[in-house]
Amino acid sequence: MKISDARAELLVRENIGWMIPLASRMLQDRQLAEDVVQESLINAFQSLESFEGRSSLKTWLHRITVNIALAKLRKMKRLEELNVDYNLAEYDRYECRIESRWENLVSIQEVLESDSLSALVRQKISALDDPLRIILQLRDIEGYDTDEVADLMGLSKSNVRVRLHRARAALKIILEPLLRGEMAND
Amino acid sequence: MTKVKRRSLKSWFKSLMFKHIHGMISCRDFEHFMHAYTDGDLAIDQRSVFERHIRFCRECREYLAAYQRTIEIGRSVLKKTDESLPSDVPEDLIKAILASRKL
Repeated sequence: MKISDARAELLVRENIGWMIPLASRMLQDRQLAEDVVQESLINAFQSLESFEGRSSLKTWLHRITVNIALAKLRKMKRLEELNVDYNLAEYDRYECRIESRWENLVSIQEVLESDSLSALVRQKISALDDPLRIILQLRDIEGYDTDEVADLMGLSKSNVRVRLHRARAALKIILEPLLRGEMAND
Repeated sequence: MTKVKRRSLKSWFKSLMFKHIHGMISCRDFEHFMHAYTDGDLAIDQRSVFERHIRFCRECREYLAAYQRTIEIGRSVLKKTDESLPSDVPEDLIKAILASRKL
């Protein structure tokens, strides 16, 4: 499908505003994100003929951007196996979970209304190791299902499930003071 | 009885219950199913076993609540960040993309 210059410009302007934040979330770097978006849109123009309209144009562009961002991360060796062994769950000698009592659990509203708490959440997500962070973002933030994440990442479904659980559990641990309402908010 | 001893006794009792009562799972098994439960991927019978454990285990119940809240908060904060991003996008990037289309 050939499109006119005007339609091409419209396509870029309508989509670049969400594509840059998507690539920035994945790469954690604005300049790299812009490179990914540029490559994605060029790629999209070249393969518009293969776009069959089975999904929306946005869904199609989203997947192209994610694929190119993942390729960039792989090239930079940022998706290699984890060496860090998170101590995710603790059990006592009877194999029962050890978990301090939760007297308070912060609400989503409290976090959203506080700039400092929201910034802290963003910072903690960014601080996760790339292989965990990317799985978490694709599954929990970008809304891909387990099969799609496995396909995008070239992993088995069971591997995706294990990594996703580790990512969520690791984030819970590093956000624990915030979740317990122990962080001052503004 | 000290607090530590009370906790230990409670743990011992719970472990016996999880081991010997039909349809109960241990805290470790609960951990293995947690992501599937959260994502709605458990079959009805598995789900009822999982929920039975939650009723009897305060630690896993509270752990699960915090785990699920973590996911919701992460999702909401990043979504809000996206919505509040300035709409200005680099004009030179747009031009470079459109120019490369003509190469």
